[in-house]
Amino acid sequence: MKKEAFIERVLLFLALSSISTLLLITVFIFLEGLPLMAHVGLKKFLLSSHWAPTKGHFGILAMIISSILVTLGAMVLGVPLGLACAIVLAEFSPEKVKTLLKPTLELLAGIPSVVYGFLGVVWLVPLIRDHLGGPGLSLLAGAIILGIMILPTIISISIDALSAVPDLYRDGSIALGATEWQTVRRVVLPAARSGIITAIILGMGRAVGETMAVIMVAGNALKIPHSILDPVRTLTSNIALELAYASGRHREALFATGIVLFVIIVILNLTATFITRRR
Amino acid sequence: MRLDPRIFQVFVKAGLWLLTGFTLLILVFIIVTISIKGLPQVTPSFLLQEPHDMGRTGGIFSTIVATAYITLLAILLASPLGVGSAIYLTEYTREGWITRIIRFGAECLAGVPSIILGLFGFVLFVMKLGFGWSILSGGLSLAIMLLPIIIRTSEEAIKAVPPEYRLVCFSLGLSKWQTITRIVLPCALPGITTGIMLSVGRSLGETAVLLFTAGAALRTPVSLFDSGRTMAVHFYILAREGISMPNAYGTAAILMISILLINVVAYSLMQRLMKRYT
Repeated sequence: MKKEAFIERVLLFLALSSISTLLLITVFIFLEGLPLMAHVGLKKFLLSSHWAPTKGHFGILAMIISSILVTLGAMVLGVPLGLACAIVLAEFSPEKVKTLLKPTLELLAGIPSVVYGFLGVVWLVPLIRDHLGGPGLSLLAGAIILGIMILPTIISISIDALSAVPDLYRDGSIALGATEWQTVRRVVLPAARSGIITAIILGMGRAVGETMAVIMVAGNALKIPHSILDPVRTLTSNIALELAYASGRHREALFATGIVLFVIIVILNLTATFITRRR
Repeated sequence: MRLDPRIFQVFVKAGLWLLTGFTLLILVFIIVTISIKGLPQVTPSFLLQEPHDMGRTGGIFSTIVATAYITLLAILLASPLGVGSAIYLTEYTREGWITRIIRFGAECLAGVPSIILGLFGFVLFVMKLGFGWSILSGGLSLAIMLLPIIIRTSEEAIKAVPPEYRLVCFSLGLSKWQTITRIVLPCALPGITTGIMLSVGRSLGETAVLLFTAGAALRTPVSLFDSGRTMAVHFYILAREGISMPNAYGTAAILMISILLINVVAYSLMQRLMKRYT
C-alpha cells in the first residue's frame, strides 16, 4: 500500500503548510519590527506618546490607550446586546423563530467593515457632533461601530455555550419551582460561563484588530483622549494610515506597532483557548 | 415588598426581546439604507463602464474584474490546502499532539487581524519576493485569511458524514483513499462548498489586507503582476476621500447585496446537509 502512505504524507504536508503560514507571519512581523524596538528602547516605544516618525520620535502610548479604550467601549455596547440576543435565541424562542432569527443575525458578520465605517461616518458621526458636541469623529463613534461589529462573534459563540448546557439542568430547576428566567440566571448562565467568557474575549480580539471601520469614524488624532468625544488613533489605524508612504525607520516602527497588536491578540486568543480547555 | 418572580420574568423577557429586536433593527437599517441610496445608481452602464476621473464619473467595471481575479486566485490557492488539511485532520489521525497543534494553529490564524496579514503580505510578497502591488500579492495574502474558514467548515462537513459509510466501504475492500474520494468527499461536498462560498463572501468585503498588497490602481488588470483595486477598496477610497457619494453608495450596494446573497445560499446549503445526516 505504497500509494496510500504517499497520500497520507501529502495530506500531512498540506496541513503543516497551512499552519506554517502562521509561523511565517510571526517571523516576518518580528524581523521587521524588532530592530526599531531595539533602537528606540522598548520602554520609550511603549511608554512615550510622542509619535513623529519623520523626526525620529516613536512613542505609541497614545495609540495603545486608544485601542484599549475603544475596545472597552465596544464591550459596553456589544456584550449586553449580544448576550441578550443569545439568551433569547437559545432559551426563550420557539424552534421555528430560532431557525429564522439565528441565520438572519449572522448576516451582520457578512457586512464588510468598510460599510460599517461608511454608515458610521454618514449617520453616527453627525449625530454625535450635533447632539453631544465635539468633532463627531471620536472614541465614542469608534466604540459604537465596533460594538455592533463584534455582535455576531459574541452571539454565535454564546449560543453554542448556552446550547451545550444539558436540558437536565433546566428541567431540574423548573421542577423545583423556579421560573424560566430564574433558571437561566441561576443555572444555565453559570453553567455556560466559560463559553460566554470565551465569546467575550474573542469579541475583544475582533475589536482590537478591526481597522477600516475605526479609521473612518474615530478621527485618528495623535493624543491621549480626555473625553469619549475626543478623536483617537488606534494601533491598527496607525499602521493602515501610514504604511503606504512610510520607509526606513518609519516603516519599521509600523511593524513594531504590528508586533504590539499581535502580542495583544495572541494573549487574548491564548486566554480564550485556556478557558475553553479547562471546561 | 418583593416582586413576584413570575411577574419579574415578564419584564426581563420583554427587555431581552427588545434588545434582540434592536439588534435586528440595526441589520435592517444597514441593508435598507445602503439599498435605497445605492440601488438607483446600479445601472448596466455603471457595471460595465470603466471608472473615469478617479471614480467621480463612469462605472466600476475594472474593480469588478480585479475583485474577481483576486478572489478566484485566493480560492484556488486556499481550497486545496484547506480541504487537504481538513481531510488529514478528520480521516488520518487520532486526536493527538499533531492534530492539536494544527487545530490550534488554524484557530490562531483565524484570530490574526487583517491588518497584520496586510503587513505580512506587504513585506513578503510585495517587497521581499518582488511581486509588487499586484493581483498575485493580493491573492496570496487573502488566501491565508481564507484558510481557517475553509479548514473549519470542511472539517465539520467531513465529520458530519456518518462513520457507518466508511465501515461499509472498508468491508467492501475499498482502500482508505478510495473511501475518501468516492464516498466521504461527495457526501461532504455541500458542506465544503458552503465553506468556499463563505470565503468568497469574506474576500469580496476585505479591504485592509488588499490595500497594501494589491494596491489601488484603477486600470483593468490583465496580468497577475498588475495592481488591481477591488470593489471594497474602491468604495473605501470613494467614501474616505469624498470623491463621489452616489458612486460610493452604488458600489456599496452591489458589494453588500452580493455578499448577503452568497451567505444566504451558503447557509441554506449547510442546513440541507445537516438535515440529511441527522
